[in-house]
Amino acid sequence: MKRSLFSFLTIMVLLGLVLSACAPSAAPTEAPAEPATAAATEAPAEEQPAATEAPAIVEKTITIGFTSSLTGAQEVSSKRQVAGFNLWMQQVNDAGGIKLSDGTVVKFAAVTYDDESNKERVQELYTRLITEDNADFLISPYSSGLTAAASIIAEQNGKIMVTAGAAEDDAYKTGNTSLFQLYTPGSQYLLSTVDMLKTLDPGAKVAVVHENDKFSTSVVEGLKPYLESQGFEVVLEEGYASDTTDFGPVINKLVESGATVLLGGGHYPDGSTFARQLYERKAGLKFVSLLVAPADSKFPELGDAALGISTSSQWELKATHTEEEAQAFGKPWYGPTGADFATAYEAATGDKPTYHVAGGYMAGLIVQKAIEDADSVDPEKVKAALEALDIFTFYGGIKFDTTPDAHGLQLGHEMVVAQWQKNEAGELVREVIWPADVATSDPLYPVPAP
Amino acid sequence: MQQINLLLASIPDGILLGFVYGLAAMGLTLIWGVMNVINLAHGPIIALGMFGTFFMFSRLGINPYAGLIPVAFVGLLVGILIYTVAVHRVINAPHLSSLLATFSVNMIIIGLGTAALTTSPYNVDFSAGSIQLGSTTLLGTRLIAALVAMLFTAGLYLFLYRTRPGKFIRAVANNRAAAELMGVPSTRILALSFGLGTMLAAVSGALIATFFPFSILAGGSYELKSFVIGVLGGLGNPIGALFGGLILGVLEGIIPAFLESSWVPVIEFGLFVLILLVRPSGLFGAKK
Repeated sequence: MKRSLFSFLTIMVLLGLVLSACAPSAAPTEAPAEPATAAATEAPAEEQPAATEAPAIVEKTITIGFTSSLTGAQEVSSKRQVAGFNLWMQQVNDAGGIKLSDGTVVKFAAVTYDDESNKERVQELYTRLITEDNADFLISPYSSGLTAAASIIAEQNGKIMVTAGAAEDDAYKTGNTSLFQLYTPGSQYLLSTVDMLKTLDPGAKVAVVHENDKFSTSVVEGLKPYLESQGFEVVLEEGYASDTTDFGPVINKLVESGATVLLGGGHYPDGSTFARQLYERKAGLKFVSLLVAPADSKFPELGDAALGISTSSQWELKATHTEEEAQAFGKPWYGPTGADFATAYEAATGDKPTYHVAGGYMAGLIVQKAIEDADSVDPEKVKAALEALDIFTFYGGIKFDTTPDAHGLQLGHEMVVAQWQKNEAGELVREVIWPADVATSDPLYPVPAP
Repeated sequence: MQQINLLLASIPDGILLGFVYGLAAMGLTLIWGVMNVINLAHGPIIALGMFGTFFMFSRLGINPYAGLIPVAFVGLLVGILIYTVAVHRVINAPHLSSLLATFSVNMIIIGLGTAALTTSPYNVDFSAGSIQLGSTTLLGTRLIAALVAMLFTAGLYLFLYRTRPGKFIRAVANNRAAAELMGVPSTRILALSFGLGTMLAAVSGALIATFFPFSILAGGSYELKSFVIGVLGGLGNPIGALFGGLILGVLEGIIPAFLESSWVPVIEFGLFVLILLVRPSGLFGAKK
């Protein structure tokens, strides 16, 4: 028996060696995304001789590398982010690319792999994107945890990485100079929700129950001192593991604590489960704000359990930013309007854009703007252009911290509070409830009991 | 006082959940007990049971509890198929061979499942009401799941002790060579045992789907729990697995009353190591 096992293992090892020898440099599961293939037909022509009469049109294809979570815990939001990025890339390429003053036309191709929501894989793949795929610029994976892993590789190799779905603050406070954050930092995520609560119910007893991960922890680190400074009593603070499916014990604790308001959550899988179980167990809270999950268009699949659940959102179509706003702030406007972006996205996917989609789109748009401002694709010049950026888009303000203490941290962007409510037809719709000047509906407070 | 209230609220919930955990573990421990095979495809089978409920309820409108019958039947057939294709030829080989064989099946199911169903979370939007007991809410779905788990346990017990194939299974588990000499068709009995083990896993998955969200990867955590329960109850002792499940369920209910819920796996697996060190045959004794 031992001999047959040995033979089996020997055959497997030999088979593995033969297969690996025959395999192309990229495994089939890690094939570049479609846009990369499409762009590959547009052969780069850097070396063409200059024309004597008219300025030569030299086409250059810039490779943007990123991983996405096609599988695993971050799948839902990550796919949205990639869909937004792909829309931007299709639009900019279809429009003929970016024209530089020296006659170069810059077009874009993407190289992307499935990171399986796995940090180790992220590091391996970002190394590969830089060293084998020769990516010119990088976009972050989705989630702060995965981005923290990728940022180390980007920084080690001096590659610019625009971080889209990564709000945690710490990655920008470790001396990194290659990261540029699009999201409002995690520490500020729930501050506007607290401002709203202050006007609705200053005596609310708050429970903070959150996923134990980088992003949610950074949100809570910013939230707790702010709650205290605003005079709120925090009656429970509890972390839970990312793969939690049974929130029963936590909800029992929540009920026993006497909390009237819950702030917390983490990402889509845990947040949607938490919301469902709060409803099933009739937790009797007046207000619930969860991170990330309620911002997704899948959330209403929970039915009545979604009613009244609110979230802090990086962008909402109903409160999209406008050129008039940009003028009021005295900032230059850039890019499409929110309506144009949403129409193009719906036409491409049949779905309404969420803030994760907008984040992915903006990651590309910011690279485009920086290349235009730099009038070059030279990484140093693009980096300088990013550092100097102070613009307004449909997504809101974009301005990066350039101090050594927090280089790349987002300074110009603000969040809104959205809540699932029912419209006149009884359908669940996500309304903007705060800040008051952009609100599309009054807050549902207290949330009706199940 | 608050802690006591919390305990009173959490224990019933833990017990109900424990029955379902126990049912899942029973499948794993039955296979180990009969043929000394650790079935690493246990988790994906649980996940397939979850999807069985999802598709029957969400697409065909079949009540999840009525759907248990086809899930159990398909679970049995899938188990027999896995045994025939992947396990039978390595049944007498060292444990590593059967581990690799079932691990391969695990990877195949997860790979196919990921391609067909993605890893997005799925929900079965089904409610069986709830009962308010003081400060705790008992969900109807968990109550029914516990009752079904008890019924399946009783059914398994009757099958093993009161029917001819059940007695054959026990004979093969006890001494395969002797059973064969007595005319017991051991190959068929081993295939049936494997099928029964996967059936229990699939049914537990189908029950869990009525109250927890899931994806094709969701079975992994229940597989790990099944290992802990198997060791607690005694590997190869299906009835011990039910008690092991109850202990684990109650622990999951009461630990968060005193500590952050992220301590639950630390204590669970700490207990796993402790039992292995102090009482390797489990609290209720391994198979005789």
